[in-house]
Amino acid sequence: MKPLQLSTPTETTIAIQRSFRAPVPDVWRAFTEPDLVKRWLTGPPGHTMPVCEIDLRVGGRYRYVWSMPEGQMIATGTFREIDIGKRLLNTEVFDFAPDNETLVETLFSRNGDETIVTLNMHYDSKATRDAVLETPMEEGLEASYRNLDALVDATA
Amino acid sequence: MKETASSLDKTFTALADPTRRAILARLAQGEATVAELMAPFDMSQPSVSRHLKVLEQAGLITTRTDGTARPRRIEAAPLSEANAWIERYRHIWEDNFSRLDGVLNGLAKGKKNK
Repeated sequence: MKPLQLSTPTETTIAIQRSFRAPVPDVWRAFTEPDLVKRWLTGPPGHTMPVCEIDLRVGGRYRYVWSMPEGQMIATGTFREIDIGKRLLNTEVFDFAPDNETLVETLFSRNGDETIVTLNMHYDSKATRDAVLETPMEEGLEASYRNLDALVDATA
Repeated sequence: MKETASSLDKTFTALADPTRRAILARLAQGEATVAELMAPFDMSQPSVSRHLKVLEQAGLITTRTDGTARPRRIEAAPLSEANAWIERYRHIWEDNFSRLDGVLNGLAKGKKNK
């Protein structure tokens, strides 16, 4: 199984690829059914996704609400293209940056018994892309790393 | 030292070009002059110099004076800072996908029990 690969192929994109030991229909479901999505797309430790709404049709909207120690984060978007079991193209806007719209392309392809998922995230500018790389819920992650550092120091 | 947003910007801009990434890969093996860098890339000197300027402004390479030669050398710190940012972002997605592995296992088990 190939581990996660992350690259920055252009100034305004992030590309992620990972394979899963599951058939394409199961992986498609995990990306498009709200009860399944909220169980894994939670981000850093300590976050949950109390609200997950998906209207899976062209022009349909989705809404993700994450609950974090420092408050709440909301992502919404519209599905532009849907090719069942193969490709999703949707917009993505976060509540803390309503003017920055990202175009997310999710590709599913079969590789024997496995499914390869490719996420191509097209940001509206290099600044937005770099901000995403720089501060993805940075406080939560930093806090986690600090806790780990403290634990290491205490046990040294 | 924590990198500012604009210095990370310069690092990512520098890295977004395949020729510049290849130049860095070559310099990772050891310092090289402009003349030495031109040959494998089949590029004109102005082209190579332009790329080197971007890399220098990002702090990814420095120039040493050795008589009349001015070899370029790679600087590790900015690359490892940029790498740290990417690694943190990657870490979040790895966590997401680990949980997704669990969800998918659950779906598979659900089918077997039918």
